[in-house]
Amino acid sequence: MSTSEAERRLLPRGTLRGPTPYVIAIMTFAMMIVAAAGLALASAAGLVAGAVEHRYVLQLPDGGEGRLAAAVRAARGVDGVTGVRPVPEQEMRRTLERWLGPGGLGEELPVPALVHLDLAPGGDSGRIGAALGRAVPQARFIAEQATVEPLLRSLNALQWLSLALVLLMGAATSAAVVLAARGALDTHRSTIEIMHGIGATDEQIARLFQRKIALDAAVGALAGGMAAALALLVIGGGGAALAGELAGGPPLRALDLILLAVMPVAAVVLATIVARSAVLGALRKAP
Amino acid sequence: MARRRARARTRRRWKGRPLSAIVEFDSVGLRYGTGAEVLRDLDFRLASGGFYFLTGPSGAGKTSLLQLLYLARRPTRGRIRLFGQELSDAPREALPAFRRRIGVVFQDFRLIRHLSAFDNVALPLRIAGRSEAEVEGSVREMLAWVGLADRASARPPTLSGGEQQRVAIARAVISQPELLVADEPTGNVDAEMAARLLHLFTALNRLGTTVLVATHDVGLIARTAGAQLMRLEKGAMVDPTGILRNPPVESVQAR
Repeated sequence: MSTSEAERRLLPRGTLRGPTPYVIAIMTFAMMIVAAAGLALASAAGLVAGAVEHRYVLQLPDGGEGRLAAAVRAARGVDGVTGVRPVPEQEMRRTLERWLGPGGLGEELPVPALVHLDLAPGGDSGRIGAALGRAVPQARFIAEQATVEPLLRSLNALQWLSLALVLLMGAATSAAVVLAARGALDTHRSTIEIMHGIGATDEQIARLFQRKIALDAAVGALAGGMAAALALLVIGGGGAALAGELAGGPPLRALDLILLAVMPVAAVVLATIVARSAVLGALRKAP
Repeated sequence: MARRRARARTRRRWKGRPLSAIVEFDSVGLRYGTGAEVLRDLDFRLASGGFYFLTGPSGAGKTSLLQLLYLARRPTRGRIRLFGQELSDAPREALPAFRRRIGVVFQDFRLIRHLSAFDNVALPLRIAGRSEAEVEGSVREMLAWVGLADRASARPPTLSGGEQQRVAIARAVISQPELLVADEPTGNVDAEMAARLLHLFTALNRLGTTVLVATHDVGLIARTAGAQLMRLEKGAMVDPTGILRNPPVESVQAR
């Protein structure tokens, strides 16, 4: 074929007649939403992990009789500790009353004490823990990372689940494109036979179908991508505020947004490659 | 002008050249699936530049034989050589180049319904990668030749059977093939158009194209001087004199 216009005429027009654009639109929409959720989870997990990376807690079973003040003084004296924030006794009492009920915390029960510690980046937590153990023998030195570890594990699992879902939807999109390509081949079987008879190569014929399916996929991916972007803006607005509050940062970074923007293009490329290989595979069965 | 120059070149190419076999069938058989052979023990040669008629009763295997010739099917046994090349088990990728050297007029026309008459006729040239300027001139000239100049933009469903057949013939001969295979090419046209088409075939043949026409039209055969007759009966070639196995090259050259 020497001109693209003549090539285009070989397959009848009417891009939105088949189901391909709709399938691609739905799949692109779903993939982008799931991917955005996965990326937001990854971002949140990163922020949470980063926030607690150098944070530790000093736990005292009984903070009374000046033990909390002594622990704070001791912590401030240890090299490598950059921040010391004791939890006020009143706040601890309020927290415990939620568990024990009003008046449940009598004068005879000891009130535990907590001291949040910030360690200098690269600080030797083992050495600092040992130093604090010597200064405040009854205290426990706990990394906050250990506390949030189950949450981070859950977030990590959800990220992998999101990735798996995106891959599954990509596979489903590929399967839909294969079916669409086979359907198109069946519809245009007589045209293909004529073209083969006249001397067209498999490549020339595949190019026609590849172009048609790529165009259908582009229309679908654009529609699905725009719908997903709108949904992310509307739904994500509230989610962003919540995530920002929880994790201390935006749920999606610039790189995540670029990745999401690339997804419709990736869907078109995937559909085109799959369509081409499906058509060539089917054509090779001809005599 | 360009077309005339091309024809002159072709004429020079063929003038005085010793004619060889363009088609060679050796013990060729064809069966569909596990059924009985529809073609069996076909042994014949078509001289390059010859004009042949293929006749035989309905169901004798004429269309199957033509399908083997235009490489739509492969034989289940035996060897086929076209243009001096063994093609019985040639790789698929090699076949398009040979198909472009063959013009085919199908019995059922096989026009692409949604393309105009112009685009149908232009198809072989576009597949061969000719420029649009070249396509435009050649197709207009060919459509005028078959009397369809004013129907260039018409689509096949709006054309009569005879018009469709002429479009199919124009498509088959547009690229001046070395071998022209036609299955009942005058079946849907009146006597005057049949004579014009036969004239087109003989003109192409004079330019060096080997022509094989499957037909029941004895009038067509009678009007073509020097044509060789081939007859198929129950899948076998009737060749009592052995003339098809050893074609008389001299007689073809003399025409």
